[in-house]
Amino acid sequence: MELVWRFLLGGAIVSAFALVGDVVRPKRFAGLFSAAPSVALATLALTVAKDGPLVSSIEARSMVLSSVGFIFYAYTVQRVLASGRSPAIWVSMAALTIWALVALTAGVLLTWSRA
Amino acid sequence: MIPTVDVGALRQAHWYQFLVRFVLGGAVTVGTGLVARHWGPLIGGLFLSFPAIFPASASLLEQHQTEKKQRAGICCRRRGRKAAALDAAGAVLGGCGLIVFGLVAWFGLPALAPGGALLLAATTWLVVAISLWWIRHARG
Repeated sequence: MELVWRFLLGGAIVSAFALVGDVVRPKRFAGLFSAAPSVALATLALTVAKDGPLVSSIEARSMVLSSVGFIFYAYTVQRVLASGRSPAIWVSMAALTIWALVALTAGVLLTWSRA
Repeated sequence: MIPTVDVGALRQAHWYQFLVRFVLGGAVTVGTGLVARHWGPLIGGLFLSFPAIFPASASLLEQHQTEKKQRAGICCRRRGRKAAALDAAGAVLGGCGLIVFGLVAWFGLPALAPGGALLLAATTWLVVAISLWWIRHARG
């Protein structure tokens, strides 16, 4: 049942921010909402309800590091798409490896610093 | 330039585009919960900034722009890709806001009422993202 709530809340918040991004102009301003903390809000709210604020605070700390990966990801996508040579879907999917590399490094550092 | 709202843009969208984003958003939130359950909040938290719907949104934007130009008699995919690049440029600024969101939630959740801490973090994200956009826009 908890997973159903996660799915519904996550889907609703992501859709709400995406809807805002659809209707605002100019495009660069609309792009701000592509980086909205939608999954974070849903996840942190549910973690607070289930495990308390201290556990969700640990999640937020990890998020700070992986957000750096998001910035590298979006910057790479922007630079490659601006050339106009490659389709958006391929560029944005392939660049996920950049986010994954930063998140993996952050995960190793966090685990290592805890040990 | 002052940002504007164009509700008419929603009429160009198809219902399945909303469905795709809802399902992707829900799936990533469930996935994050499962990762946190197996590997703990330290690793699960990394996925809070996963670019969940970015690929879908970027390709939809490219498709919309290309179709719009084709209706005007211009056959050019580059324009669609450049529009998606502008969206990504905005996402870079929003991503800087994500770091601040995480910091406010990290320190705010143990110290404040959880609902208030999340509201403060979300408001801070919005203020930082809009401020960065404004600075970027003013510099040209």
